[in-house]
Amino acid sequence: MLKGKKVIAIGERDGVPGPVIAECLEGGGLEVVFQVTECFV
Amino acid sequence: MNFENQGIIKRLADQYGPENLAVVLGNGEANGVEVFAETVTQGDPTYAGPLAGVALKIPVYHVLEEEVMAEVPEKLRNEKLQLSSLVIDVEPMQQALHASREKL
Repeated sequence: MLKGKKVIAIGERDGVPGPVIAECLEGGGLEVVFQVTECFV
Repeated sequence: MNFENQGIIKRLADQYGPENLAVVLGNGEANGVEVFAETVTQGDPTYAGPLAGVALKIPVYHVLEEEVMAEVPEKLRNEKLQLSSLVIDVEPMQQALHASREKL
């Protein structure tokens, strides 16, 4: 499902931040083309 | 989703083709997940941002969903996601995102 896809990682400050999502997915060989951490306050 | 990020996603969809993209969220609460999913599948529900009226149909996942966790090497999963998976209730988000993906 994610294999072969370019991933947009949208993290959240009070959840899992964008850089952590990107690091985890890149560690699995996926390509992350954009990562950001949104903040809902 | 803020307008700046909507604009970036629109540009990435133009560049790579929306069928080649997937969004992975890291939300801590279910609140807002459906709006995120709707924004990148059907278009901005507020009709105010760059994705207003733009149905990109990009599948949306949460990083703590089993299918996504399975892609992460065990060491990273334990180091970076284990704690989050204890405090974040992914079940309601998973239901909303499954429903969103089934509509694609």
